[in-house]
Amino acid sequence: MAKPDYLLFFIDPNRCIGCQACVQACSECDTHRGESMIHLEFISRSESVQTVPVVCMHCDQPTCAEVCPADAIKRTGDGVVQSARKPRCIACGNCVVACPFGVPELYEDRKIMMKCDMCYDRTSVGRKPMCATVCPSQALFFGSREQIEQLRPLSAPVNTFHFGNQTITTQVQIMVPRALAKTAPHVDVAAAMDDQPRSRAVSLKMVGAVEGDPFAEVEV
Amino acid sequence: MAQIPVDPLGIINQFGPHLSSMTGVRLSTSVEPERLVKTHCCFCGQQCGIQLKVRDNQVIGFEPWEDFPFNRGMLCPKGVKRYLQGSHPDRLTTALRRDASSASGFSSMPYADAIERVASEIGRIQQKHGQGAVGVLGGASLTTEKTYLLGKFARVCLKTPFIDYNGRLCMVSAGAANKKAFGIDRTTNPWSDMVGTDVIWVAGSNVAECSPITTNYIWQAREQGARIIVQDPRITPVARTCDLYLPVKPGRDAALFAGVLQIMIERDWLDHAFIAEHTVGFEQVAEYCREWTLSRTADVTGVPQRALLQAAEWWGTAKTSFLFHARGIEHHSNGVQNALGTINLVLASGRIGKPKSGYGTIVGQANGQGGREHGQKCDQLPGWRDISNPDHRRYIAGVWGVDEQELPGPGVDAYELFRKIDRGEIKALLSICFNPKVSLPDNAFVTRCLEKLEFFAVIDFFLNDTAWHADVVLPGSLHEEDEGTVTQVEGRIIKINKAVDCPGDAREDWRIIQDIATALGRPHGFTFEHPRAIFEELRIASKGGVADYSGVTYEKITQHLGVFWPCYSEDPRTGAPIDDHLGTPRLFEPGSYNPVARGSGPFYFPDGRARFNVADYRPPVDDANEEFPIYLTTGRVVSQFLSGTQTRRIGPLVKQYPEPRIEMHPRLATKLGLADGDWATAETRRGTITLRAQVVTTIRPDTIFIPYHWPGRKSPNQLTVAAQDPISKIPQYKVCGCRVRRADGPPEYAATLEPQQ
Repeated sequence: MAKPDYLLFFIDPNRCIGCQACVQACSECDTHRGESMIHLEFISRSESVQTVPVVCMHCDQPTCAEVCPADAIKRTGDGVVQSARKPRCIACGNCVVACPFGVPELYEDRKIMMKCDMCYDRTSVGRKPMCATVCPSQALFFGSREQIEQLRPLSAPVNTFHFGNQTITTQVQIMVPRALAKTAPHVDVAAAMDDQPRSRAVSLKMVGAVEGDPFAEVEV
Repeated sequence: MAQIPVDPLGIINQFGPHLSSMTGVRLSTSVEPERLVKTHCCFCGQQCGIQLKVRDNQVIGFEPWEDFPFNRGMLCPKGVKRYLQGSHPDRLTTALRRDASSASGFSSMPYADAIERVASEIGRIQQKHGQGAVGVLGGASLTTEKTYLLGKFARVCLKTPFIDYNGRLCMVSAGAANKKAFGIDRTTNPWSDMVGTDVIWVAGSNVAECSPITTNYIWQAREQGARIIVQDPRITPVARTCDLYLPVKPGRDAALFAGVLQIMIERDWLDHAFIAEHTVGFEQVAEYCREWTLSRTADVTGVPQRALLQAAEWWGTAKTSFLFHARGIEHHSNGVQNALGTINLVLASGRIGKPKSGYGTIVGQANGQGGREHGQKCDQLPGWRDISNPDHRRYIAGVWGVDEQELPGPGVDAYELFRKIDRGEIKALLSICFNPKVSLPDNAFVTRCLEKLEFFAVIDFFLNDTAWHADVVLPGSLHEEDEGTVTQVEGRIIKINKAVDCPGDAREDWRIIQDIATALGRPHGFTFEHPRAIFEELRIASKGGVADYSGVTYEKITQHLGVFWPCYSEDPRTGAPIDDHLGTPRLFEPGSYNPVARGSGPFYFPDGRARFNVADYRPPVDDANEEFPIYLTTGRVVSQFLSGTQTRRIGPLVKQYPEPRIEMHPRLATKLGLADGDWATAETRRGTITLRAQVVTTIRPDTIFIPYHWPGRKSPNQLTVAAQDPISKIPQYKVCGCRVRRADGPPEYAATLEPQQ
C-alpha cells in the first residue's frame, strides 16, 4: 500500500489559530499512539497570537536520512520519509541537528528518533492524516492540487526552500499569497533566524492606528 | 444546612478533579473497536459530528466523521480528547449523601434510598413552605428531550414556577433581541451561506477559541473575496489576520453600532426599499443615531474614526454580508441593546433572508438553541411558547393532561433564584447540568446562598464544585450514555447516539427525574420508557409554536444528517397533514410563509415585518473609575469548556493550558512593575484573585482578561459583578472596573492544589 500520488499535504500558516487540535489528534495516530509528532510553534506570544504548525516536510532528498550514520531513515516510494527504524536507530541525534525544519525529536527514554510520518497508517490506505482531518482552520489541508486551487484562489503552493546555500524541495507544500508565489517561488527558511525577521512583524490591518501598535492611542 | 461537609481538600482527594490519560486499551494499537458510533461532540454549540470507538462498554477513542456536513471531520482539541471523559476515576457510580464523618465528606447510598430521600425532603418542604419553596436548575448541555422533561417536571410534578437554566448565562440576550426584532429566535442561515459573501462582521466572538470550526468557514469566505471585520478588545487569532480590526473598549458595543449606522444614514448606504417594505421603526432608530456623531462614537468606543468610517463603508456598500455575534457583546447589562444594535445594521442593509446574506448568534453550549426552546426557561413553555399567554398555556396543559389553572406562571431568572434562596423564599434546590458556584458572577454570594439551603440535590456524573454543598447526589449520565436530540448553532436538529451504558448505579438523567416524580406519588406524565417517547410528545407540544418540531423524526434527522426547525407536520397554509417537510434551513426568504404572519411577510409578526428597535447605549454597571481604573473582561480558552467539570478532568486538555493567567498589555505591566510570569493580584469591589501575569501586546492596555473555567480562588467570577440586563437578565461578565497590583507572594492554593483543581 502507498499514499496515492495525487494527494498532497498543504500548510497555510496564515490560517492557523493555534488551537492545537492537530497536536491532540496526532497522538491518536496508530503509528505513534500516545505521542504527538507535530510541533505547534508560537512565533512570539508576547507580541502576537501567531502560530505555525510544523509537520515533517517530507523532503525529496531528506537531509535527516543523508546524515544518518545507521541508515535508519527511509523514504518510501510514495515520497513519505518514515520515522527512524527501531532496529537501526542509534539515537545519535544527527538528524535532529541537521533537519532544516527542526522536525525530528530524540526520545532519550526509548533511544530512538521519532517524527511525523504523514500518518502512514492512514495515508497509505487512502485516508487523510489525523491532523489535517481535524484542523478546524484547515491550516493543514490534505487533498489534490485541483481541490486546493479551487478552494483557495488567493494563495498558491510552494515547495522549494532555501536554507543557506542548500535548496530543498519537499512533498509538503506551503501556501503563500498567489502574487508572491509568482515572484519568489521559494521560502527562505534561514531568514527566520535574523534578529528582526520581517515575517515576525504583526501586520494588523487597522485603519488609523500608529504602525505596528493598534493600541497606541489607548491611555494606561 | 448545606455547608461543605469537610475541608475542600478532603473532597478533592476523593472526587477530583483528577486527570484521565491515554492508558490501557486507549493507548494500545492492537485493540480494535467493536463498533463506531456516529454522534456529536458533548461540548460547544457547533456540535461537530464525531465517531466514537467502542469496545467492552468503553469509549476507547474516536474517528473523524467526514460525512457530517457541518464539520466534515474537523474537530477542536476538546472534541479530539472528549472521549477521555468516560471510564474516568472521578465518575460517580453510586448515589451519595453528605457525611461529615467521612474524610471525603460523602458516603455512598443505595440509589432507591437516595430517590426516596429527595422526594421526602421536597415533599416535606413543599408541604411546610408551599410549592414555590423548591427551585429547579437545568442546563443547555442537556438533550432537548431532557430539557423538555425537566420543564414539565417543574411545572406539573413540583408545581413550582421556579425553574431556570444556565443558558441564562449564555444565550438570553441574543434570544430576547431576536424575539423583539424578528419574532423568532434562531440564526437565519446555514453556515455554508458564509462562503461567497462580501463582508463578514464578527462582533464580540473569539471564534478561534470558542467555536473553532467556524474559522474554516470564515477563511473559505475570505478566499472567495470576503472582507473580515472583527470587533474585540483583544487581538484574537481570527483578528490577527482580519481585514479590519475594531479595538472596542469593553462595554461600548451599542455605541459602536449606533455610530456606524449614523454614518450609513449620512452617506445613504441604506436599502430604502427593504426598509419601507419589510420593516417598521426605522425613523425612531435614525432619530436616536443622530446623537452618535463620528467623534463622539470614537471617543466612547475607543475605536479610531477612520476605522469606524471604513467599517461603515464596507458594511454599507456590500452586496452580500453575514454578521454574527457571541458573548462578547451579549454578556452585558446592556446585552439586549447590543444585540439589537447589530440587528439594526443588518435590517438597514436589507441583507437578510437571502443566500449569502444572513445574521446569527454563535451559541455557546451544545444545546444552547434547543435548550432554550422547550420549557426549562423560566418564562417559556415548549415550542418557544409564552407561559403568560392564555392560549399557549391551554394548549400545553392539554398536551400534558392537566388543568391550565394548575400550571404555574413565570418564574425568575437563575440569578434571581439565588436571591430568593438568600431571602429564604426558596429552601430546596434540585440542580442538573449547572455549576453556579463557578459560573455565576460574584460567586461568593452564590456560595452563601448554597449554604442557606435546607435541602439541595444534584444530578451529575462528576461531583462538580456546586455539588460539594449537596445533601444528596444522584449519579446521572454522560453524553455518550444516552440518546436524544440537540439543536446546534445553525438551528439544525441533530441526533446524539448512545455509545455505552451507564456504569454502576448511574442512569440516564430522564430516568432519575421520573423516579423522583414517582417517589413523590405523582408519576402521571413521567412514565416514558425511552427518549424517543419523550421526543414524540415534544413534537406534539411544539406543534403550532414558533419553534415547531412536529415534523421532525429521529429517522428524518439520521437520513438527512440534521433537520432545521421549523419543520411542520401540517402545512401551515392549509392545515393539510404533510410528512415530508424537510425543515427550514434559511429563514425570512422572500415570499416565505410562517404561521404568525400568515402570508403578510417573511418575519414572524402578524404584519410580517421586522422591527427596528432603538438600541440604547448605557455605560456598564460598576464601570472603571479612578479607584478601579482597569476593565476586567472574562472568557474562554480553546482547551477548556464552561466551568471545566469535564475538561478539567481530561489530562491532555489540562496540559495545554493548565491554569488561568491574567492577560495584560506590556504598557500596563510596566506601570504596575510586573513581568510575564509574576504573581499579580486583581481586585474589584467584590473580591480578589491572585494569578500569574501573562504579558502580551494583544490586548487593550486598559483591559485585563481572565479565563473563567476554574473554581475557588482561581475563579474570576469572584470578581465579576452580578449586574444583569433588565430584559434578558444575562449577567455582565464582560466588563467591570478593577485594579491590579503585584502580589505579595504566591497564593495559598499554589502549594496544595494541582492546576486543574
